Amino acid sequence: MAELKTETITLNMGPQHPSTHGVLRLELVLDGEIVLEVKPVIGYLHRCFEKHAEAMTYPQVVPYVDRMDYLASMNNELGYAVAVERLCGVKVPEKVEYIRVIMAELNRIASHLVALGTYGLDAGAFTPFLYCFIDREKILEIFEITCGARLLYNYIWVGGLSHDITPNFKEKVLEFVKVFRPRIKELNDLLSFNKIFIERTANVGVLPPEVAINAGTSGPTLRGSGVNFDLRKNDPYSIYDRFDFKVIVGNGEMGTVGDSWDRYMVRVWEMEESCKIIEQAIEQMPAEGNVQEAVPKRIKPPVGEIYARTETPRGELGFYIISDGTNYPIRVKARGPAFCNLSALPLMSKGCMIADLVVILGSIDIVLGEIDR
Amino acid sequence: MRYLNRLDSKIKQYEHGNFVVTSVDKFLNWARLSSMWQMTFGLACCAIEMMATSASHYDFDRFGIIPRPSPRHADMIIISGTVTLKMATRIKKLYDQMPEPKYIISMGSCSNCGGPYWEHGYHVLKGIDRIIPVDVYVPGCPPRPEALLEGVLKLQDKIRNQSTYKKNKA
Ligand code: SF4
Repeated sequence: MAELKTETITLNMGPQHPSTHGVLRLELVLDGEIVLEVKPVIGYLHRCFEKHAEAMTYPQVVPYVDRMDYLASMNNELGYAVAVERLCGVKVPEKVEYIRVIMAELNRIASHLVALGTYGLDAGAFTPFLYCFIDREKILEIFEITCGARLLYNYIWVGGLSHDITPNFKEKVLEFVKVFRPRIKELNDLLSFNKIFIERTANVGVLPPEVAINAGTSGPTLRGSGVNFDLRKNDPYSIYDRFDFKVIVGNGEMGTVGDSWDRYMVRVWEMEESCKIIEQAIEQMPAEGNVQEAVPKRIKPPVGEIYARTETPRGELGFYIISDGTNYPIRVKARGPAFCNLSALPLMSKGCMIADLVVILGSIDIVLGEIDR
Repeated sequence: MRYLNRLDSKIKQYEHGNFVVTSVDKFLNWARLSSMWQMTFGLACCAIEMMATSASHYDFDRFGIIPRPSPRHADMIIISGTVTLKMATRIKKLYDQMPEPKYIISMGSCSNCGGPYWEHGYHVLKGIDRIIPVDVYVPGCPPRPEALLEGVLKLQDKIRNQSTYKKNKA
């Protein structure tokens, strides 16, 4: 019999697709069920961040920074604040540094919870999503008591904070950490070590370390491949050098190093490490201090440029700011971690099944607001 | 009178069952407003609050709102977030694919009017109502889940008072 003639088809996934975590379109070339090629098409959420930054003064940029990676606003603000402070040489009080770290780590947990919960959804498990959101609400409550907002805070200002913490802040945070620790174990029982979940994710979407580095990935996507690189340790900003915590890397426990399960698991254990940092920070935090003491009346950095990078839940967030000496920045360029991580998706998903593509996409935890900016 | 007698005899058949007398409008509206299936469709930051609303703490299911991935299954769409020009054509397409009756909630300043991006956002649509009709606007950046729930209640009120019969006559 003559060979059956087959041909590849091109399929669009998105921009409205329940599992693309936002408005991402993937152009797939398929051979039956097998994915031959993936081409991410972005730009559906391009909100003109850089144009706004040109038209705003330095403090006015902060709300737009919030809206870039809306799952981890505190971390974004911290990155921007660190960059501008280095540019103008502002020294912030000790207390502010500690509050910033606590807030950033809390937000890291909240962001990871969303990532893990929706990852369960992608793999077909609905329950973990509900469990994760219970704990996330508790974190949001702490944020809300402190600064009045649930999602986009505008809390970390250049040189300080918008509000001081409330008197019972420490107890509230410690109580959260105490309640949250056992919940990580619960999540593990529910999802991480679930046989079906492991079957879905182990050995799927393997990203070897060299490829991960070459693709410019960072954050859990890079560490899932076994590369020990965390800016909090490798290039400490703020006061991260004072805390004792481990950098979690993937070790191929359930399959190959750098598979989707590893990336997932890095996030789970990172929440534990964040809890450790929070506890230490609460302990060392000075009681006295005015959080707005160092906020400059007018932010007018000297002529120059700066690149400052920080570790957000998704990886290395860098801000490249050029100043011409006025109170408007000439240019604010953001190096978004999710954008670079997305570029590794075509490399990871060559030759996988189309159902696995959803799992792989979920495991790199993208936020479209940051990719398109 | 003869008619009533006949009705009486019919009703007797259901003596042991339950019986409700209502009008067509009321019945249809009741059915529509108590199971509004929503299209799963997140656009930007507001979508996270929408997710939080449908998750454990606020629980959309109480209002009969279940997310459906396909526009063909959906009764309602929540435009949750910034609508860019590139996305606007797609939203119009999705809206056209939904079966009647369809309802729209515009969630957040961005989809109401452009929000924080109204001035310099060269790629942002200044209000979703420029392309599709909106039933309820929920203000906020992002609106709290309570605000979104209030918006849903308002939409339910609106549905409760609509009339299928009169519209057809007019
Ligand atoms: S209204 Fe605010 S929170 Fe909602 S999408 Fe726009 S910027 Fe984001």
